[in-house]
This record gives sequence, C-alpha cells and structure tokens, in this order.
Amino acid sequence: MVRMATAAESFVLAIGTKKGLWLATSRDRQEWSLTGPHFLMSEIPSIGIDTREGRTRILVGVRSPHWGPTVAHSDDLGTTWTEPEQGAIKFPEDTGAAVERVWQIYPDAGSRPGVVWAGAEPISLWKSTDGGEHFELNRGLWDHPHRSEWGAGYGGAAAHSIVVDSSGETVHVAMSTGGVYRSDDGGTSWEARNKGISAYFMPDPNPEFGQCVHKIAADAAVEGRLYAQNHHGVYRTDDNADSWNSIAGGLPADFGFVMLTHPRRDGTAWVVPLKADGERIPPDGRLAVHRTDDAGNTWKRLSAGLPEHEYNSVLRDAASVDAAEPAGVYFGTRGGTVYASADEGETFREVASHLPDVLCVRAAVVAGA
Amino acid sequence: MSCASGRQWWPVPEIALLLPSVLQPLAGGQSVLVAPADGPVTVASLLDAVASDYAVLGRRLRDETGALRRFVNIYVDGDEVRRLQGLDTEVLPGQEVLVIQSVAGG
Repeated sequence: MVRMATAAESFVLAIGTKKGLWLATSRDRQEWSLTGPHFLMSEIPSIGIDTREGRTRILVGVRSPHWGPTVAHSDDLGTTWTEPEQGAIKFPEDTGAAVERVWQIYPDAGSRPGVVWAGAEPISLWKSTDGGEHFELNRGLWDHPHRSEWGAGYGGAAAHSIVVDSSGETVHVAMSTGGVYRSDDGGTSWEARNKGISAYFMPDPNPEFGQCVHKIAADAAVEGRLYAQNHHGVYRTDDNADSWNSIAGGLPADFGFVMLTHPRRDGTAWVVPLKADGERIPPDGRLAVHRTDDAGNTWKRLSAGLPEHEYNSVLRDAASVDAAEPAGVYFGTRGGTVYASADEGETFREVASHLPDVLCVRAAVVAGA
Repeated sequence: MSCASGRQWWPVPEIALLLPSVLQPLAGGQSVLVAPADGPVTVASLLDAVASDYAVLGRRLRDETGALRRFVNIYVDGDEVRRLQGLDTEVLPGQEVLVIQSVAGG
C-alpha cells in the first residue's frame, strides 16, 4: 500500500550503525534516497527525531572508540550538525562518573515541547528542557539504593528504554541489567516493577530487580498497558507494571530485542524473535517480524519481502515505526541491511544493504523534504 | 594556546602540542598549538588550557572526570605519559607534546 507524503511532508529514516549515520528520505516509503555516512567511524547507538514545534530536529548519540561519546543535533536533515561546546550530557563532578555511551534519546509528548529524555551508560537517566541541547542527570534514579547491584548486559550497563505517560507523572525506564523501574512523581522517586518477569539466569529466578529486560514500549491507547521483550520472555502489563504476564504463546521464540507499538491503535505491537540463548539468530535462520493486533493473545508471522535466509540479529533499537496511516515499520540487521514496510509489516522492501552493523533506526513523517 | 604561525618579536619559551589530522578541525584547522611557558607545567594543566580555548577538543581527549580517554595517547618528547607520571607528567619549555590515537579497532 503506497501512501504518498503530502506536498509539505516526507518520510525520513535515520540509520545509526557501528561506523556512522545514514539518512534516507522518501516521498512514498517505496523509493529511498540515502545520504551518508555522517560521523564516519563513530558508532551511533541512539537517535531521536523530534518533530514538535514545527521543526525537525534529529538528535544522535555519537561515540568514537578513541574520542568518546557526545550528542549532536541537526535542524536541517543532516546538512549541518551542532554539538554544544561543553557537551550535552556530562556527569556532575560529585558523581565521579563519566558517560560511556548514550543509548536512548526520547522526545517527550507534544504537550511538553522542549522536553527530551536520554538513557545512558553507565545506567543513568537524563532530562533536557531545551530540545536536547543540555541534559540534567536524574538524581532519583542515580542515587537509588539498588544501583550498586545493577549489572551490565553484554553490551554494557545502560538505561535503554524510557516511557512517559500522558500526564508526565508516570515514567518507566528499563535497563540492562536491572529490569523495569517506575516513577509516579515525574522522575523524583523510583521503584522496581518486575513482578512476573523471569530472570532464569539468577539464583532466584523471580527477583525484585536484576531482570535483563531488553526493551519496553507503551500501548498507544490504553493507559497503564506496556509490553516488554525480555532476555527470554515476552510480557504485557495492564496495571502500569505492577504485574507482568507472559504473551509469548504463539511466537516461535521468546527471545529477541525489539519491542515496537503502534502509534495510535491499541493492542498492536511488533517483535523480532531470535532463537537464543546459545543461537542468537532468527529461528532456523528465517527472519520474520511478528505482529499482534490483540495485545499479545495471538501473533502473525510477517516475512513477505524478507530474505529466505538471514543469520544476523536485530538489536533493541534497530527498529522503529512511523506515525503515518498505515504505520510504517522499519528495522536493520547486524549484517547492515535495512528493511521498510509501508503497510504495518505485511510486506517489506530493502532500503539499504552492506552497511556496518545497524545499531538503531528511527523513522518519522517530517515537514519539508 | 595560540597558532604556531603567529609572529613573535622576541623569544618566549613555549610548549608545542601536536595534533593528529582528525582533531585539527576542532582547533581551527591548526596542527600545532603552542603555549607560553616560563617553567615546567603538567600535562593536565596543558590540557586544561586546550579545553579552555577549544572545549570540544578538550572533551575528545579527556572525559568529564578529567581522565585521559583510553585510546588517546600523549607523548612528551617521545615518551608516553602513562609510562611516566600520567597527567601529572611535567613538560618543560621547549618540549613537544604529541597526541596520537591508538592504532586499534576494526
């Protein structure tokens, strides 16, 4: 299904890889034009596309193995990039900590313009009120008594998922490895919220915290409903994470990294299953996206347009949806191939291939070309 | 710090900081930064001066705790400072300080 952008808009797909950023634009989500690499030889582990306040700001977490991490932004679709002189994210001196990598950049709701959240390694949550130019450390989470017991996933110890409800008071973060934490006071205080999520790799498989949650996402229309892709386990909560229940039935594997939700429609979410734990490849080497339209009660396998064999995995932020109707679904593999669907996953087509490992993907409908 | 090509009318003791090409755009395109020095200074204070004039360059070399980034190597007259006194290593007027990134990675 082709949905042409209006004369005043276009589709933008930002692709963050191990060795730079590529930007793709399209009028119809069928044919894409790529620019890049931007930030050649730096990894791009996080991207946020902020379309609020009548402009398009692309924010990227950039990390050079030699020269360290930073956050840059572009207000002209990548023609020029700006980096604050003193850095957008840096730990206060009294923490004795240094930013290793920015894992998540999350523009807040349209009703809170200027507010951008970030999740970083070491495990930390940050909030900007100036559109992502300067961030402040969330002290409530940083000073949490559990922090010394949080572990590091294979990729590092990071806050990688941020979900803020419509009021702005309820905030969820997910971290590897610590699990899910919730604040009911806009981020001032935090409590672990992992009841029902398994941590089979720990002596107590049902601990208060320590779960290796890979990604969480909020339902578009049902307040208090979230979905989680865990390190083995796919879950849903209907009570703001007070309790989680498995929705993995019907999936070929309960492992994976991706969790996407529809921009408007309740009950719709996507995952990309991987066999794991010993074989981190699509089950039987057959890549497919799975979508639920009933909040995880049933799943539909979607593979039209995808290759017959694919042995690369898809990382937690290497997938995205856009807000068009129907929604677009995008993902990239560690083998450097990026796929786009203009029909909510029913059919995919290749946007780019032979790129470096894809670390993150973000898509948006933006003003202008 | 100033540009190496700046004219001087009488000899002033200086320390030269040589930058790799990848970092030169962050120093206004200069390959060499020079600092006046009447006596020995530490590498840390030299980098403080760099960060004062070129903040982004300063952040590429050290993190916000002041620690030298893992794959950034600084040589004082040919000796890597980690084998000396680290950032407390003293540099004498007339000496050269060289920034080189590790040749590692894939």
